[in-house]
Amino acid sequence: MTATTNSSSSAVAPVEEITLTIDGLDVSVPKGTLVIRAAETVGIQIPRFCDHPLLKPAGACRQCLVDIATPDREGNLRPMPKPQASCTIEATPGMVVNTQHTSAVAEKAQRGQIEFLLVNHPLDCPVCDKGGECPLQNQAMSNGSATSRFVDIKRTFPKPIKISTQILLDRDRCILCQRCTRFSAEIAGDPFIDLQGRGGGAPGGHGHGLPAQQIGRFDEAILEYTPSGDQGPVESERTGDVVGPYGQAGVLSSVAGSIGGALEDTSGRPFASYFSGNTIQICPVGALTSAAYRFRSRPFDLVSTASIAEHDACGSAIRIDHRRGVVLRRLAGDDPAVNEEWITDKDRFAFAWQTSSDVLTAPLVRDEETGELVPTSWSEAIGLAADGLRRAGDGAGAAALPGGRLTLEDAYAWSKFTRTVLGTNDIDFRARVHSAEEADFLANRVAGSGLDVTFGDLERAPRVLLVGLEPEEEAGTVFLRLRKGMLAGRVQVTTIAPLATRGSTKLRAELVRTAPGEEPSVLDALAGVTGTPEHLADLRAALAEPGTVVLAGERLAGVPGALSALDRLVSAAGARFAWVPRRAGDRGAVEVGLLPGLLPGGRPTAEAEARVDVASVWGVSELPAAPGRDLTGILDAATAGEIDALVVGGIDLEDLPSPAQAEVALAAAGFVVQLEVRRSAVTQHADIVLPIAPTTHKSGTFLNWEGRPRPFGQVFTTSALTDARVLGMLADAVGVDLGTRTLEDIHRELAEFDGWEGPRTAAPAVEATPVPALDAGQVRLATWRLMLDSGRGQDGEPHLAGTAYRPVALLSPATAATLGLAEGDRVRVTGPDGDIVLPVLPTPMGDDVVWLPQHSPGSSVHRTLGATAGAAVRLTAVDAEVAR
Amino acid sequence: MAEQGKGKKPAPGKRSGNQPKRPTASRAPERARPGATPAKAGRAKTPAFDVDSDLDKSGLAEFFAPVAGFGVTMSTLFRPVVTEQYPFEKAPTAPRYHGRHQLNRHPDGLEKCIGCELCAWACPADAIYVEAGNNTPEAQYSPGERYGKVYQINYLRCIFCGLCIEACPTRALTMTNDYELAGTTREKMIFEKDTLLAPLRSGMLAAPHPMVAGLSDGDYYRGDVSGPTTEQVAWVKERRPEDESLSAAGAAATRAAKGGKE
Repeated sequence: MTATTNSSSSAVAPVEEITLTIDGLDVSVPKGTLVIRAAETVGIQIPRFCDHPLLKPAGACRQCLVDIATPDREGNLRPMPKPQASCTIEATPGMVVNTQHTSAVAEKAQRGQIEFLLVNHPLDCPVCDKGGECPLQNQAMSNGSATSRFVDIKRTFPKPIKISTQILLDRDRCILCQRCTRFSAEIAGDPFIDLQGRGGGAPGGHGHGLPAQQIGRFDEAILEYTPSGDQGPVESERTGDVVGPYGQAGVLSSVAGSIGGALEDTSGRPFASYFSGNTIQICPVGALTSAAYRFRSRPFDLVSTASIAEHDACGSAIRIDHRRGVVLRRLAGDDPAVNEEWITDKDRFAFAWQTSSDVLTAPLVRDEETGELVPTSWSEAIGLAADGLRRAGDGAGAAALPGGRLTLEDAYAWSKFTRTVLGTNDIDFRARVHSAEEADFLANRVAGSGLDVTFGDLERAPRVLLVGLEPEEEAGTVFLRLRKGMLAGRVQVTTIAPLATRGSTKLRAELVRTAPGEEPSVLDALAGVTGTPEHLADLRAALAEPGTVVLAGERLAGVPGALSALDRLVSAAGARFAWVPRRAGDRGAVEVGLLPGLLPGGRPTAEAEARVDVASVWGVSELPAAPGRDLTGILDAATAGEIDALVVGGIDLEDLPSPAQAEVALAAAGFVVQLEVRRSAVTQHADIVLPIAPTTHKSGTFLNWEGRPRPFGQVFTTSALTDARVLGMLADAVGVDLGTRTLEDIHRELAEFDGWEGPRTAAPAVEATPVPALDAGQVRLATWRLMLDSGRGQDGEPHLAGTAYRPVALLSPATAATLGLAEGDRVRVTGPDGDIVLPVLPTPMGDDVVWLPQHSPGSSVHRTLGATAGAAVRLTAVDAEVAR
Repeated sequence: MAEQGKGKKPAPGKRSGNQPKRPTASRAPERARPGATPAKAGRAKTPAFDVDSDLDKSGLAEFFAPVAGFGVTMSTLFRPVVTEQYPFEKAPTAPRYHGRHQLNRHPDGLEKCIGCELCAWACPADAIYVEAGNNTPEAQYSPGERYGKVYQINYLRCIFCGLCIEACPTRALTMTNDYELAGTTREKMIFEKDTLLAPLRSGMLAAPHPMVAGLSDGDYYRGDVSGPTTEQVAWVKERRPEDESLSAAGAAATRAAKGGKE
């Protein structure tokens, strides 16, 4: 915050301790500590609204006034003439602080301040969302007057103001503490709301031509701004699904003119933020509410359970608030080591999928006569599934596709089930673009590597290199930590990407512009394997400095040779490395060996010693030695009839490199058992469907990208079963004891896989395939998934969907000009299987590249185009076609 | 009850008024009432429940003792009958009797309930279940943002304490004097909005319809709304021309509009 020490090295320098007196108590705190926090260390609570430990001091609410006296040069104690805001003043040696407990002046000042704040604050606590957990309510009771002397009419505003489809603002309740604006500007870097206007205003609006100071978006009505320059209040545009107290629709926070297509969200507003929900949580009054939770319940209604977010690999701590068996909201948990007090909007708002209408509740079996799936009993479904798997075992065998969203325990059960019951190594958790090179890389670098690079390291590393990773879209908490380190002047982020995204701009990242497919050559150049071009020489030297961290995303698997080159770079630079996947279960899956060539704890399947080791823990005589097939191999084999049965977990076909091919394979497979929470595209091909508990209905552990175990507890009492239990029942029916009945059983076995000293899988050394030349009119496809898109995890949450980026195709201005396209014109991107039409947004990037959102509304790249990142696609202007 | 008081409701005062007669008139019945004896028995230092304690009575009293009880019967014969012919004649309750609940309406027909659930929270018997819904411009049931979409009171649990009434911030929930709450099944004892919501009085316009133009929810609570306006009637006429409340509400709105002009 106000620390002045320049800690470029991670070594912690001893901080000077100073001693001051608070309410007669001697307090020793590190230099630079604020008085309000020094008081906290001895249990003295000073009331406050604007102060937040993770935000910079503002002194906006003036609630924390205390009496302060400091020694002058001669050492005589000099009291300050007026009470001071303790949240903005650093403790100094010999300072004497008297809080409301010992100073009548401070006590009166605080009491008066609360009275001021309450003058225009509505007395709607009985119906306010915050009532019951409201700092203003609590501190008005503890530090305020019991009765109000205010008799006039309170100031009111039209409300709610819809800042985005999700975030609603009640200006009546706002006390202008600026926590929300400071969070948006400092932490998230999306200043979508700010303070506007000055003064207190007048009841009913524009009494004296000076609208009051308020929080809002750029707002014509408040700023009396009109494009033509006319003065006078402008009626705000009103929209939609909520009515204000005056009976009109909610106020749509307006904006003057277009500010560029990419910054708009799908509801047509300027894009707010992926982290906007945090402003609701830190609002000390009920001024900011979410459309999803507004007036839905009260804090004292709710039962809270600490949990872990399931949407990305960061393992953010969350709090699940529920009542009557329904999750009503999720809040950020407080975990300084991982997500501090912030979570993404996806983690906060996307939970309706767990209660959507397509959640499976009973096992389904395909009726032999009608061909329809019919609900049945567990015993019958398990029996039929076991029969089918036994038949497959006698025939061509079975394979497993567990998906990447499993808990560590469930993933372990899949690993053991596949090896001991199905008797095969045909297992692959990667439901996305993948390669054998990636499997080797993960087995070599990631599996069994434990906790190495942490979130804290990201904040302190002098340089962080991002390869194939867009942290804001793919791992929000990583983004926030990098930004925090960047703002503290410690971290320089470098990204190897086709274009500078909004996220990397906010990280002030250095961009090494790289067309899709050219990553290996850039990485090799940085590693010094090939000659280093001049523009990369500085970066190469910087990477060689100690403390460098390299973060790689899962997308790199789609570029042949990229991970081999990355391995060479990490070794050559002596950098620390971490793999940041997108899904919550990916890291855990690598640890327990959900890969064709990997057993638990980083043991290679190919090593006989490793197989014996694992077989002894599992109590089996031997494990299958034949190398397994990866996802594509399994699907191809199923299509060709080389595999009789498939056991499929939570995978979404849209994520696969070729959804159409996967459907063919599933249709061709003789026997498909699906273990899923919800009906999916796989269900229509499944012969047996076994329902699995969603994360709120089970307990378990996610391993986040750091390798940090993130255990979470069960929210609801339920009879729903986990993957581990269902696979255990299936194994019992086949005649094998899987031993995965309880979490304790699994943890006991997992502990035995620690510390593999034997040989590991060799690092991949795949030659980069030369990037094929483009024909005339072709460009290369760059694509990745946005945080808020068409993913099934965000189903059932329209307010959240409205805050997603509007899907656009990004082109360089030159390419757009060649095609005769201006901003907002539509372009047709044609791939092998089909085409996608999206509005164009010219962006500084390579001329031979087009970027599309991978799986957003209207842009499902894998399904529609039949192409993956790096493929050559053709561009045509849609309006030009019409003209022709 | 009937032998003790003259009125329909036995008031405490009446009961004590009868007591002076007891020592003489109801001597014999007291013998059969062990509860009345201990005081006297204690004075005489004889054990309680002593059946021979009447032996000190005079001979005449003892002679009439077997018929003394008829004195009560005889005197009661000439008092007014207190039996209520309940199902045929309904007795009025006290004006503030806690009977069945009612969800009230504003004079223009909008519901007062805003779905805040404070009644459910106040309820010590957990008898109330509320689920609120969003008012939208096309379907506005109450002034403001929210209305009670689902409102249930379980009269098997309700103890008629009235705490819900005290909790209601909009005076939407009040209690009527209706005490006829019986049902043949448990399901029937859970009253929903169709039975709890006050019927439209003549001149009210059936919800949903917009609020009176220019007024806020605060104005509604302050009682600034006296009935539907012609705008509201026109709004409903356009969307629900068959609505039964339209004709009366239309007449009331026209009358109010004329009155306003005069």
